[in-house]
Amino acid sequence: MKKLGTWLKENSLALILPVLLLLVWEVAGRTGLIRATFLPKPSAMAEVLVELLASGELLHHLGTSIIRVAEGFIIGATLGVVVGVQMALVKKLRTAVSLIFGLLRPVPVIAWIPLLILWMGIDEGSKITVIAIGSFWTVLVNVVQGIRSVDKKYLEVATILEKDHKTLITKVILPAALPSIFTGVRVGIDVAWRSVVAAELIAASSGIGYMIMYARELSQIDVVLVGVLSIGFTGIIIEQLLKLLEKKLLRWNVNIHES
Amino acid sequence: MSVTAIPSSTLVIDNLNKSFQIDRTTIEILQDINLTIEPGEFISIIGPSGCGKSTLLRLVVGLEKEFSGSIVLGDETIKGPGLNRGMVFQESRLYPWLTVEENVTFGVGEGHSKAETRQLVKEHLELVGLANFSQAYPHQLSGGMQQRASIARALINRPQVLLLDEPFGALDAITRIYMQQEIIRIWEAEKTTILLVTHDIDEAIFLGDKVVVMSQRPATVKATIPIDLPRPRDRNSLDFLKLRKVIYSEFFSETTVPFAYSI
Repeated sequence: MKKLGTWLKENSLALILPVLLLLVWEVAGRTGLIRATFLPKPSAMAEVLVELLASGELLHHLGTSIIRVAEGFIIGATLGVVVGVQMALVKKLRTAVSLIFGLLRPVPVIAWIPLLILWMGIDEGSKITVIAIGSFWTVLVNVVQGIRSVDKKYLEVATILEKDHKTLITKVILPAALPSIFTGVRVGIDVAWRSVVAAELIAASSGIGYMIMYARELSQIDVVLVGVLSIGFTGIIIEQLLKLLEKKLLRWNVNIHES
Repeated sequence: MSVTAIPSSTLVIDNLNKSFQIDRTTIEILQDINLTIEPGEFISIIGPSGCGKSTLLRLVVGLEKEFSGSIVLGDETIKGPGLNRGMVFQESRLYPWLTVEENVTFGVGEGHSKAETRQLVKEHLELVGLANFSQAYPHQLSGGMQQRASIARALINRPQVLLLDEPFGALDAITRIYMQQEIIRIWEAEKTTILLVTHDIDEAIFLGDKVVVMSQRPATVKATIPIDLPRPRDRNSLDFLKLRKVIYSEFFSETTVPFAYSI
């Protein structure tokens, strides 16, 4: 309880603005300033939210999307780390793939969706691949950059102590690059979460994106809004979980403690 | 200081030349360096900043491999790094993701059992006075304590030669004096040969058996001045001050515009 108290004290400013906004919005809705068919008032949306939660519909769709993100992200991030480590350490590989990667990396994930649907249909396969592609690039770029910018001074210490290649990589290079790799993971999950919604909006038979599109066809603007906002809330939760994990993993990183 | 004579670990630097290529121009760093350092000796090397004295240590430790001339430790010609040489830099270069204990453990060479390693680490943490801080992370330590940990890591394999590259340069004046006394204590306990690079003339005299004065780049050995003062040394004794005057005049003999210095 005391913890909650201090949390509220520190973050009160972050809460005041949204609460004010909701109040104005509610009043505008009640006085008829905003039509409910254009933008339903918060209280009405809360009712819809409760309904969707009670029927299990919202959690079902959210859950489907989250599982897709988890699967796709694990594939994409693992590949990103593995390929990134090799690329950072082997200059020849870096040169060999530079043109191909330079060409493919700037392609927005969404641009792959039509192709993937043609190849794999609108089922899980295409969604997971989209997510994997999106998170792959983000993780890759950060891994390569993190490893290549490891302080030469740390490497010299290992050289003087006659450490072999394996020790150098596992005990020095990877830990030193970990903050950067973690940034890649954080941004990667963000990208993954965006990609899944995009993929589901285009073609799907389940998932939060599908729920939103389906509600749009029925002109249920309140369901659309609840869907959109629930994407945001899930994003906040993921972000917080990652921050906790980062604090645990990177206890030594002074820069994190201060923020 | 009585030296336990192990002739096999005499460090002989013979006719050493080193240059760097920068934008196709060759810059001479070290020129005809000749030094013979007896086992267990404490040598201070001073010289103007940027003269190449750090490069000399990097050559001895094996970080720079291209040079002409030879560096021989005992009967081994030095061609690269080896556990018979340890090095401490101006920055502690501890790994921030490891605790003090883990950092020192990282230094241990292969071929030790777990129990031996633990014992070695414990002894060396005690040697540098960090036994109570083994579980701390480097960022939780003061600059002086970080350097202690770094010294422990460099000494863990009982190297014949310990190279110190301005190890106290980043510390405040009080801590520096304290660390100078500590390094003498450690040296007397370990009987390691020490090469110390510094730009602090007082530090050079206080610590060294000999002070090697180097010239501007390309660095040559301008003078080797034996310091025959009894230990523990008194920085304010007359003999100390006389030596300081000698080294000052060696140090600044190149300066065309003599500026005022007083002792």
